[in-house]
Amino acid sequence: MMDLLLIALGGALGACARFWLSGVIARSVGETFPWGTLVVNVTGAAVIGLLAAAFLVPEGIVEGWRETWLLLVVGTLGSYTTVSSFSLQTLALARAGQGGRAAWNVMASLGLCLAAALGGHHAGLNLFGG
Amino acid sequence: MAPGPRLYLAIALGGALGSVARYLCALAGIALLGPAFPFGTLGVNVAGSFLIGLYAALTGPDGRLFVTPALRQGVMAGFCGGFTTFSVFSLESIRLLDAGQWALALGYVGISAATWLAGAWLGDRLGQRMNRLRGS
Repeated sequence: MMDLLLIALGGALGACARFWLSGVIARSVGETFPWGTLVVNVTGAAVIGLLAAAFLVPEGIVEGWRETWLLLVVGTLGSYTTVSSFSLQTLALARAGQGGRAAWNVMASLGLCLAAALGGHHAGLNLFGG
Repeated sequence: MAPGPRLYLAIALGGALGSVARYLCALAGIALLGPAFPFGTLGVNVAGSFLIGLYAALTGPDGRLFVTPALRQGVMAGFCGGFTTFSVFSLESIRLLDAGQWALALGYVGISAATWLAGAWLGDRLGQRMNRLRGS
């Protein structure tokens, strides 16, 4: 039960942070391309890579850090990043005849998020000494 | 209450529910299908994409459902956003790579992108079809 409360708390914070930041970005650079969702997903991927370096070992979560992991990673970062908005926005671009932009959104999101997660993980291993 | 606080309250509630539901699905995926492949995350991301496509169509300008902006964003940005996750997907992909499971990692990324988009498309199609039904 404590696990679920930690995840719910992180999930509430992450969703609000995503809505706020993607809104700020959309209002400042316009909505012809879903920059807000892209920035949220890439930054979330970088941080999850960093935290994985700190809290994960091949066998699972480092002893004593399970609650922190559930709150920060499963709850907050899991909720902060989103696939549903990415899918809906990609579909909207494709339906508006912007197939090129839709394809770019898919490639940029996948490429940058995986690169950010790898980069964050690498940085974390250096930072926390592996 | 002003629209701002009400909107954020709805999104926080949706995000909390969506995140807990995602965690339970991930646990169920591991219990039923094992930990070798992240079936749980794949499932929630496809289901969340379907749900947002469906709900966006049903509550859009031509939709048959009239909902307040707070409820609409609570379901879409809150629940669907909290239920689906790009960061955990990214982490699972690089952990497969790290374990030397290149084919599995590539398959996970490719199948994910294709099924997420197919989910949103199907949800949207179903919603548009329901919007055209007679009556209310």
